Amino acid sequence: MRLVVDLNRCQGYAQCAFLAPDVFAMHGDEALLYNPHADDAQREHVVRAAAACPVQAILVEDMGDATAPVREGLSGGR
Amino acid sequence: MDGDGYLEWMRSEGRIVIVGASLAGLRAAETLREEGFTGSLTLIGDEPHEPYDRPPLSKQVLLGTASADRTLLPRRWAIDATWRLGVAATGLDMAAKRVRLADGDEVGYDRLLIATGVHARPWPHETEADLDGVFVLRTRDDAARLQRRLTSARRVLVIGAGFTGSEIASACRERGLPVTVVERAAAPLVGALGGVVGQVAAELQREHGVDLRCGLMVTGLEGDSAGRLRCAHLSDGTTVEADVALVSLGATRNTAWLAGSGLGAGPRGIACDAGCRAFDVRGIVTDDVFVAGDVARSPHALFGYQFLSLEHWGNAVAQAEVAAHNMISSSSERRPHLWVPAFWSSQFGVSIKSVGVPSLGEEILIAQGALAERRFTGVYGYQGRVIAAVTFDQTKWLEFYQRLIEGAAPFPPAFPMVDHRAEGLRPVPADFPDPSLPTHGPSVTLSGYSPTDRRVAFTPGRA
Ligand SMILES: Cc1cc2nc3c(=O)[nH]c(=O)nc-3n(C[C@H](O)[C@H](O)[C@H](O)COP(=O)(O)OP(=O)(O)OC[C@H]3O[C@@H](n4cnc5c(N)ncnc54)[C@H](O)[C@@H]3O)c2cc1C
Ligand code: SF4
Repeated sequence: MRLVVDLNRCQGYAQCAFLAPDVFAMHGDEALLYNPHADDAQREHVVRAAAACPVQAILVEDMGDATAPVREGLSGGR
Repeated sequence: MDGDGYLEWMRSEGRIVIVGASLAGLRAAETLREEGFTGSLTLIGDEPHEPYDRPPLSKQVLLGTASADRTLLPRRWAIDATWRLGVAATGLDMAAKRVRLADGDEVGYDRLLIATGVHARPWPHETEADLDGVFVLRTRDDAARLQRRLTSARRVLVIGAGFTGSEIASACRERGLPVTVVERAAAPLVGALGGVVGQVAAELQREHGVDLRCGLMVTGLEGDSAGRLRCAHLSDGTTVEADVALVSLGATRNTAWLAGSGLGAGPRGIACDAGCRAFDVRGIVTDDVFVAGDVARSPHALFGYQFLSLEHWGNAVAQAEVAAHNMISSSSERRPHLWVPAFWSSQFGVSIKSVGVPSLGEEILIAQGALAERRFTGVYGYQGRVIAAVTFDQTKWLEFYQRLIEGAAPFPPAFPMVDHRAEGLRPVPADFPDPSLPTHGPSVTLSGYSPTDRRVAFTPGRA
């Protein structure tokens, strides 16, 4: 399953690394490194992480209802 | 024919062609569909892959926590497009409104979006560039090749310490590989962030065991009898033995295919107005050709309306959205692309972020934190106003400074900030190199006021 984090928006709160540690990891204090192709077995964790990100920086493909476009989060700036 | 009738027809039955099937191309396609475009949509990309994300290639992929062929971009919207992947656009006929393809095909359009990005500047000496072990990093195929080679590398030489070069050096050190970095300027990241911050980047590299050689150039690469890279010669007469060399000397805009088309396109990019419409060579804005992403040069109100060329992920997304919206909107509904430049990098465990145009900065003030702690916020001033800011592991302050930039707040800021130190009492020169020297890596370039200026400001030598 594909995902991308808008790292301009990401504030390094580490909420995602807490909820889906196999996919998101902090590298140092604030730098986030993530796997852009998470294992499908991780879906539940990743969806939770995306929902819990305080700045909604995580975009996951096919999050929940496939017909509902995932619009929040990514748009480059603010 | 540009009346409402045309626009309505365009939105429902028109043909939109996007050249460049990467970040900007994909996000534009999604926005078109999202905003109700129901006509035909064609994406043309010379890479054989679906749109993928590049930033992980110099970070997670080299660290081995993600794989080069698995950074495909998630889709925000179904785009129902015709994909022409693995075939390059080779020409544009603006009068006939057709794009020529490498396989001989031609594709007609009513509106065209050009999002062909940039490519890595290769090592200038061709036979040396062909040596086994010499790499650039722009595409996922580059990353896959490099990642494979790193498993057996003995010493990696990074030529050019911009963002990409520095990130690669960081990943290699983390893998335990010996790394030598050669940079023409006095420190890494100097072209993007200036000498004061560059000094911090230099200390970071050395602390992590990088053999950093600044103020030097690589004058030649030498191979063994089997054509494998053996060593590099530096301008101080020394030699570095390395079996892998990473050439990270910045990027060149992918505009060669537009030569002779009449579009205002050159090595510095394609000039467009704030609404993403391309200029032709006469400096007249076109009605049906739009530009977005790394290949674009567009004027920005915050920076004196000079044309800006950005190699920033966030810019590609934001500009693609504006371009797509404007392609199917009447002139009164069009939006300007007024995105404030923003960039991130992570290297040596530090999150580096910037907003604004640091390279315009005459002075820098360390408003919070301390350089020596590698946790600070630097604010750049230009002609008495705040023009940019950079943070090392202090992301949370960036948005505040973005607002100061947007509001042209006075520099130095009128108030002291929490956690400001003695070193932050007074601005110091930001120490940018001569602007006629190239800067390496994703960065911001101001390229003057002329939409038809196709000169290049610098002649890249060897760095
Ligand atoms: C290794 C690396 C790390 C990066 N890290 C960061 C980072 O940390 N932060 C950040 O903000 N930015 C980063 N960037 C920059 C970011 O990836 C770019 O800004 C972004 O990819 C720009 O998107 P684009 O669609 O405009 O151009 P591109 O991604 O360059 O896409 C252009 C596409 O068009 C294709 N094309 C070119 N010519 C033709 C033709 N004639 N016909 C058909 N197709 C053509 C190209 O092959 C390419 O697929 C990084 C880039 C790289 C390479
Ligand atoms: S939760 Fe959101 S802000 Fe925090 S590190 Fe993850 S992506 Fe960044």
